[in-house]
Amino acid sequence: MRPFAYARAATLDDALEAARDAGTVVLAGGTELLNWLRLGIAAPDRVLDITRIDGLDRIEQLAGGGLRIGALVRLNDVAADERVARDWPVLREAIHKSASAQLRNLATIGANLLQRTRCAYFRSEEPVPCNRRAPGSGCAARNGHDDRHALFGWTEECIATQPSDPAVALAALDARIVTRSAGGGRRIPVTEFHVLPADGVDRDTVLEPGELIEAIELDRPAPRSAYVKVRERESYEYALASAAATVELGEGGRIESARIALGSVAMRPWRLTEAEHRITRLAPVDPAVSAALDAALAQARPVPGSAYKLAIARGAARRALMTAAGVPS
Amino acid sequence: MTAGLGVPLPRQDGPAKVTGAARYASDHLAEGMLYGVLVGAPVPAGRLRGIDADAARDLPGVTHVLTHAEMPKLAAPPVPPAASARVPMQDDEIQYEGEPIAIVLAQTVEAAEHAASLVQADVEPAPFTPHPRGNRAGADVPRESGYLSGPTDAEHGDVERALARAPVHLDATYVQPSRHHNPMEPSATLAQWQDGTLAMVDATQWAYGVRIVMCALFGIAPDQVRVRSPHTGGAFGCKGLVWPHQIIAAAAAQITGRAVRVALSRAQMYSTVAYQPQMVQTVSLAASGDGRLAAIEHESINVTSASDDFVEYATMASQTTYAAAAIRVRQRVHRANVNLGTAMRAPVEGCGLWALGSAINELAAKLQIDPIELRLINHADVHPFTGQPWSSKRLRECYEQGARAFGWRRRPNEPERDGPWLVGQGMADCAMGTFRFPSSAHVRLYADGRAVILSGTQDIGTGIVTILTQIACGVLGLEPGLVSCEIGDTELPEAGPTFGSSSTMGVGAAVMAAAQDALAKLRERSGEELGATPGAGALSAAMRSAGIEELVGVGSFAPEDSPYALQTFGAIFVEVGFDPELGIIRLRRAVGRYSVGRIVNPRTARAQMLGGIVWGWGKATMEASRQDERLGRWLSKNLAGVALPVNADIPADVDVEFIDEVDEHAGPIGGKGLGELGATGVDAAVADAVFHATGRRIRELPITPDKLV
Amino acid sequence: MSAPQFADHLDLRLQVNGVDRQLTGVDARVTLLDLLREHLDLTGAKKGCNHGECGACTVLLDGRRVNGCMVLAATADGHEVVSVEGLASGEQLHAVQRAFIDHDAFQCGFCTPGQVISAVACITEGHTGDEDEIREWMSGNICRCSSYPQIVEAVKAAAAAGNNPAPS
Repeated sequence: MRPFAYARAATLDDALEAARDAGTVVLAGGTELLNWLRLGIAAPDRVLDITRIDGLDRIEQLAGGGLRIGALVRLNDVAADERVARDWPVLREAIHKSASAQLRNLATIGANLLQRTRCAYFRSEEPVPCNRRAPGSGCAARNGHDDRHALFGWTEECIATQPSDPAVALAALDARIVTRSAGGGRRIPVTEFHVLPADGVDRDTVLEPGELIEAIELDRPAPRSAYVKVRERESYEYALASAAATVELGEGGRIESARIALGSVAMRPWRLTEAEHRITRLAPVDPAVSAALDAALAQARPVPGSAYKLAIARGAARRALMTAAGVPS
Repeated sequence: MTAGLGVPLPRQDGPAKVTGAARYASDHLAEGMLYGVLVGAPVPAGRLRGIDADAARDLPGVTHVLTHAEMPKLAAPPVPPAASARVPMQDDEIQYEGEPIAIVLAQTVEAAEHAASLVQADVEPAPFTPHPRGNRAGADVPRESGYLSGPTDAEHGDVERALARAPVHLDATYVQPSRHHNPMEPSATLAQWQDGTLAMVDATQWAYGVRIVMCALFGIAPDQVRVRSPHTGGAFGCKGLVWPHQIIAAAAAQITGRAVRVALSRAQMYSTVAYQPQMVQTVSLAASGDGRLAAIEHESINVTSASDDFVEYATMASQTTYAAAAIRVRQRVHRANVNLGTAMRAPVEGCGLWALGSAINELAAKLQIDPIELRLINHADVHPFTGQPWSSKRLRECYEQGARAFGWRRRPNEPERDGPWLVGQGMADCAMGTFRFPSSAHVRLYADGRAVILSGTQDIGTGIVTILTQIACGVLGLEPGLVSCEIGDTELPEAGPTFGSSSTMGVGAAVMAAAQDALAKLRERSGEELGATPGAGALSAAMRSAGIEELVGVGSFAPEDSPYALQTFGAIFVEVGFDPELGIIRLRRAVGRYSVGRIVNPRTARAQMLGGIVWGWGKATMEASRQDERLGRWLSKNLAGVALPVNADIPADVDVEFIDEVDEHAGPIGGKGLGELGATGVDAAVADAVFHATGRRIRELPITPDKLV
Repeated sequence: MSAPQFADHLDLRLQVNGVDRQLTGVDARVTLLDLLREHLDLTGAKKGCNHGECGACTVLLDGRRVNGCMVLAATADGHEVVSVEGLASGEQLHAVQRAFIDHDAFQCGFCTPGQVISAVACITEGHTGDEDEIREWMSGNICRCSSYPQIVEAVKAAAAAGNNPAPS
């Protein structure tokens, strides 16, 4: 770890001012940043601790049934919130399936969306070709071990995936990210937050320098929702692929609307928008539902090693959808 | 609670371990200590043109950066206990990525780690041989580099003839990947020289082995080295021999005249210590139509380094497990520019049974014979290769009791469904050869009825302190509270290594002899009768009547040539769930039955077997360390990119029992080693259960979703 | 509004196992784990991976379990830390420590301080409803000796005994 200077911000405005400096990184839960510092993924001059900023660690009801979750609410506290448990179970499940109890006590919901890829080349202790670590150095994964890599939206520059579980749930919920910067702030749909390699590998998200996440906003409740995470071991591991689904059921138990997002298949949570449309007004068990998922996955373009993930992603999507719809598997 | 053999005495080191009082190597500090951080080679092969350490040396708190130019010239140590004849940092050659090329010493962890990242190696890279990917081509006959504990090629009976005549054949190749031990404690050592004497606190399975190596390297006498190893935080084989960091720490302490502590990072555990190398095993079985094995041919090729030919004798399984008339085995190595491999929990048969056990299960399916029935048909009543009688073998009871507990005979032909899960069942043999090492111990009696056991063995988690206490209590008739145990120090009576499941037989026998010797001496000096297990009162009275304050009994154990073949046996049954939609498998339950001779402590023995089954589950379904062949380096040198089992992977329904048995020929304790037996056979049983659930034979471990969807 | 004051060395004050500890000139890079181990000689919490991937460094921070290797000591300034050394009162073991011995829930003992702290928190959190829940909520602590079934037994027993005093 390179030496750095540390300070705490007392208010969001203080933080916004200090964070404008290119040599400053912001510290929230620390569960990613400390490893970036150790691996040389980040080498800042200054670390700004924002964990003591007042007011960002609250969960508030929004008019119209939505919820505003402060960026600094710890993951376990989001999952433990009764409103989240009741109205957005997909988010609770995604959180509980991420990391470990200890890490979730540290990690914050805002910074979780800023997790960087788990590509083993990117995470290497010593530099290996990786365009995200060293621009222009190449992508060692492209011709190396690529079985954890993308199904959608990759380029020759980067075939990695975004690993956050909560991001997948939030994408399926059409959640918005509320940001603040010195110039004001904006609301960014979670589905548009992460940057695909085609739009550059010099950044992972659309956040501008000095722009901080203030809160996450959820719209109307999605009590019929579920998260499915597929991995070799049962807990404390990143996904091979995952899926979040929400459904609204109408007359006769038919799907009124559905939202499906896949995780760990691209550099952003991957919504299956076309399939979502195709399955409305179908019964969940209708074979056409599976066919719609097949069609969605048929559009994938795996790298050689990741082809097996097609079946897993499809299975996860179907399972999440059925679980959300209350169909026993 | 009374102690003695067979009692489930709670672990005597429990209070120290649950309160944090137990200190492991990296928990030790010394006055003026420097933190040492190794710098590894950036390429897998090449020559160092130079090392620029100026930026590192200039950092505040950094006291030294040592390279091969500063290192003393060290003599070649014996292999084993040294892992390699290649002494680290003696020249400018690089043979594997991560090979230590420098050590940074600093007053703080932070300064040392940062400085290590600033050391720039100017390297002339050379072409390198990458870690092979499961292929047979390129294998060589192993050279002797200290690891040839037996012949590389062996044949019993006429294999060619048997192969030609038998009507049923099965040929298959089985692969297991390179896997790191990943004990929770990364290796660490604290070295300090004072007046020409080297003192070390080390995370090791063999304190005396460390001493042997240090004596050889530095040309000093045994009484000039003291190695302490109060607790070792798991090892599983990777702390059995002496690796570069221990040597470099001792040399750095000598050069600087300061205490030096080197605690490896998890990443360095991957590249500078060891792993169980990839094995490609080919098994050919020839059998009659009714399942009688006519011939077994077994070849195993393991990866090894450029410097040393480590040989993992996986084919031993085929020499010891089934009564085939003809057996031929072959050990080969596949050299590459990788760090050296070593033995890992469940070596030898543990590796070979993955292939042989799987092949037998495949043959059973081919012949439509129940796998247990096929094993009974080919039960080895004597050692199949040497014809020696077994010292004790109750494998048939393991099959029978295991099958009953598991409900094996009710195994349906087709997998049953449970929600999304397809349920598969499988079984396999467990087996492990018996290693015994010379050991000695003292038992010191005090006039107040207390006793102290002294032996230079080490605690790696097996429960040795508890076992030794029980053995001494059993002889002396003492309550365990009156007996304490000092281990982990070369100032104590010499003991063998803690590997190969050998300690109870070796150190245990030495302690038993020492306790008996103490009793005999007390009888002689006091003139008291003192029957068996006299107890504290009688001991104390005898000591006082003879006017003795303190009395030392001496005992040792040396394995003798035996007409018997020593081995442990067992049968493992597993039930797995396979979710075809998601491609995942999970363990649902397991039953293990074992024939290991006398159980000294059912509680610690159970822990060993449960741990072994979990270990085997990890091997079967998740663990693999991968090398990038283009870069010549391990990928994911951490615990996030390589999966090890976690609590949620292991169901409550894991049932282990031992056959009630005493093996009189194994040694005075009547028991044999069991630390590794439980980890054997699980892989083959899981693969068979996966076949049952999916209809697919997976012959390459681990059995991960990519192979199942 | 006041600009944050950056410093590369810091004076820290924490409650550690109920004791007020003041440290001066601590390098900003020092983690809570290294602060305990190298500055306060509290070596119970272990460095198994230093990346939040094993749980051997688990301690309580303001009563909640966290990985000590993932927290900067500076962040813990002004807060309360309990490590495994803070559980027993004198010779009297904490109920969870006792249960770990009674149920043989460790072998080499290296991960044990983290397991014990994690178990204390698991019970306090109420994640001991059934064995599956215990298994899941104890999965942030890897035990390579794999005493997992015994750890579950110990946590279950300690939770059932209802005797899990919150450490000071």
